[in-house]
Parts: sequence; structure tokens; C-alpha cells
Amino acid sequence: MSSYEKGWKEVSIAGVCWLPSTKYLTGDWSPYKPVRDKAKCNKCLLCHMYCPDGAVIWNSKAEDIEFNYNFCKGCGICANECPQGAIEIILK
Amino acid sequence: MSFTWKFTAREIAEKPELLAPGHRMCSGCGAAIVHRLVLKAVRGPTIVTHPTGCVEVTTAIYPYTSWRVPWVHTAFETAAANAAGIEAAFKALRRRGRLKYDHVDVMAFAGDGGTYDIGIQALSGALERGHDFLYVLYDNEAYMNTGIQRSGGTPLGAWTTTTPAGTKIPGKPEPRKPIEDIVVAHGVPYVATASPAHWMDLVVKARKGLEAKGPAFLHVIAPCPRGWRYESSKTIELSRLAVETCVFPLWECVDGEHKLSAPSKAIALKPDLKKPVVEYLKAQGRFSHLFTPEFERVIDEIQRVVDKRWYLLLKKCSV
Ligand code: SF4
Ligand code: SF4
Repeated sequence: MSSYEKGWKEVSIAGVCWLPSTKYLTGDWSPYKPVRDKAKCNKCLLCHMYCPDGAVIWNSKAEDIEFNYNFCKGCGICANECPQGAIEIILK
Repeated sequence: MSFTWKFTAREIAEKPELLAPGHRMCSGCGAAIVHRLVLKAVRGPTIVTHPTGCVEVTTAIYPYTSWRVPWVHTAFETAAANAAGIEAAFKALRRRGRLKYDHVDVMAFAGDGGTYDIGIQALSGALERGHDFLYVLYDNEAYMNTGIQRSGGTPLGAWTTTTPAGTKIPGKPEPRKPIEDIVVAHGVPYVATASPAHWMDLVVKARKGLEAKGPAFLHVIAPCPRGWRYESSKTIELSRLAVETCVFPLWECVDGEHKLSAPSKAIALKPDLKKPVVEYLKAQGRFSHLFTPEFERVIDEIQRVVDKRWYLLLKKCSV
């Protein structure tokens, strides 16, 4: 974090935040992570809608969903809501 | 109001995440889901403002920002005043021919503290003046980021750090303020309630709010794992149960006319589907003290309040 910090002379006007939060990885918050059984998944995308962290991504080229473990906080919502029971939360 | 926007789940998933990952809302945060979904409804250039609250403190921790739309933080009491000012500024720019966009949407998001309590006079003023903006209340039913203090939105019987469940007091002694009725009374063109569990309904209502000419208000339930005392994976389950028990019925009010939304309409047509509030209460630690002999009566009281408000809502919707 400190390598990104500016000194008081370089700080933006009014201290406006300038670094995208995608540089701050929240994926290490949890010891858990979701894994998906591809065979069970019917790509309904509910997991994408319900993920608080935008960590379930729809890859339109591959026509499939992917987890972004850099940001997943292991909350378990996707697994709890998947109508196919395709997602399991496991210890990393 | 004619509404034509149609979309598929895939189209929504392909839209950019305007609230970037890397924000520091808690694991399983309902407010984060609400923001992601509402922001999927934007229709063009949009500017967002937040007063102090959970989402503000977790999306703008210096030097990091999670905002991929122009975003302004303002003081706790001034979300609606700020949105009104932004809208008026765009109007002035347009009048002088200095606005390069045909239209800029203005959205204010605020929590229950910033709406029911601290922000209500700014909200009331902006509604009365008729500014064209969408106000989204993400309601986690207490001052969560400062440590779970009760607000005007905290429901009857809920434990918070300022309404502790002791031997005398069973959590919060008062039911929550009916904020959406207060907004409806201002005679604004669009008011609706929504739950992230019914995500499509939420996205549609957010877009309708943006399209309305004049002030629009969206009240969205946003379960909070820390403050409501439940496991983070249950956020959507609880926001669904709130609808199924009629604790948080879904409806919209267009130009003063109330209409139930599909999930609540199904219950109105088939009252057997209405679940008892106990199911909602027992899933949350903040109500655990009610399941004791001395406070059991409060559960009946909660059921009574919920039934009464549901009954009044059905009358308003002429069901
Ligand atoms: S919710 Fe389940 S079935 Fe639907 S896309 Fe996600 S993993 Fe697949
Ligand atoms: S566990 Fe939670 S944060 Fe991780 S992908 Fe699933 S819903 Fe998103």
C-alpha cells in the first residue's frame, strides 16, 4: 500500500481518491472459496447477480462464468443461491 | 409512464461493473449487491452522490476508489440537497449551451441513517422542489459502519448497541418509520420498494426511477450480516424471506397510484403463501432474545404490526 502513497505536495486536490480499488485485492480476506461443478451449471447467472463483489464474471467469449479469486470474499452467497447446487465452498 | 426497456440476464451480466471490485464492504454485504444491481440500470452519462454511510466509507478509502462513474461524497444530511444541486447545475449548463450531453442522470444513494433520520429534511426539500433525480435508500436498518446503533429504520424488537436486549427492554421498542409513505405523500412521480433477491424487479425499478420526470425514490432492503447477526451466505435468503413474510412487501406507486409487484401480488392472491414473521426473525441473531418466555409476546406484536401494514397496503393497491 505505502508504495502507492503520495507525499503531501503530490496529493490530489481535496484529497480526491485516485487509485482504482481493483489494485486492492480482497481475495485474501477469507479462507474459503467457491468452486463450481461445470456439469451441473446451466449458466442461469444468478451467482453473478448476487455476488456482492463482482467476483463472478460472465466471459462472453468463452460463454461461461468464471470466479475472480482476487476479489472473492468467500461469503458463500453464490453457493447458497445456485438453483442447481453447482457451487461448493471449500477451504483454500 | 410507458416503459419499454427489456433485457436478458446475459445482457445484464455483460454490462460493466460500475462499482469496482476491491471495495471494502463486508463479506456477504447486501448493500454491495444492491449497488451493483442498481448501477446495471444506468442509461447513459450518470453522476452519483453518497452521504456518509457504509458504502461511502468502504468505496473511497484514500487513495482507492471503487467508482467508475463520477462520484461525489457529501455530508451525512445532504445527499438529496447535493443531488438537487448537481441537477440544477446541469440545467444551467444546458441553458448556456455548455453541456455536451443531451441528458445526465443524477442518482443519490443513502443508507437508513442518512435517509430516515439525518437526511430527511434535505430529502423532503428536494422532493418538494421537484428535482429530476433518483434517490436510492439502501436500508440495512441501523447505523452499521459506526457499530450498529438504532435508526428510524430499525424494526421493532431488534437488538442494536443502543437498544440492547436486557431484562426490561426487548430490543428496539418502536416499529420503523414508514419512510416510503412519507415520500409518497410528497406527490412525486415514482416510488417503489425492492429486494435484491428479486434482482430483475430491482433493475427494472431502478430504470423506471431514472426515466421518471421528476424525483423518484427507491427503497431497497439490504441485509447486513454483521448487524443482523447471521451468516454471510444468507443475505439473499433473508431479503427473499422479508418479502415472503410481508415484512418488506414489494410495490410501486406511479403518480400516486399503488400497485403490488409480482412477488407480493402472488401472496395477495393466495394468502396461504404468506409466511409467519417467526421464520424471518429466527434466522437473525438480532432477534434471538425474543425467543425467550419473557419476550415472546413481542413476536406477536411484530406480527400484528406487519399484518396491519400489509392490510393497509392491500387497500391502497385495491386488492
Ligand atoms: S447460479 Fe449455479 S447454475 Fe446458475 S450460473 Fe451460477 S453456478 Fe451456474
Ligand atoms: S463466495 Fe461470495 S464473494 Fe465469492 S464469488 Fe461467491 S458470492 Fe462472490
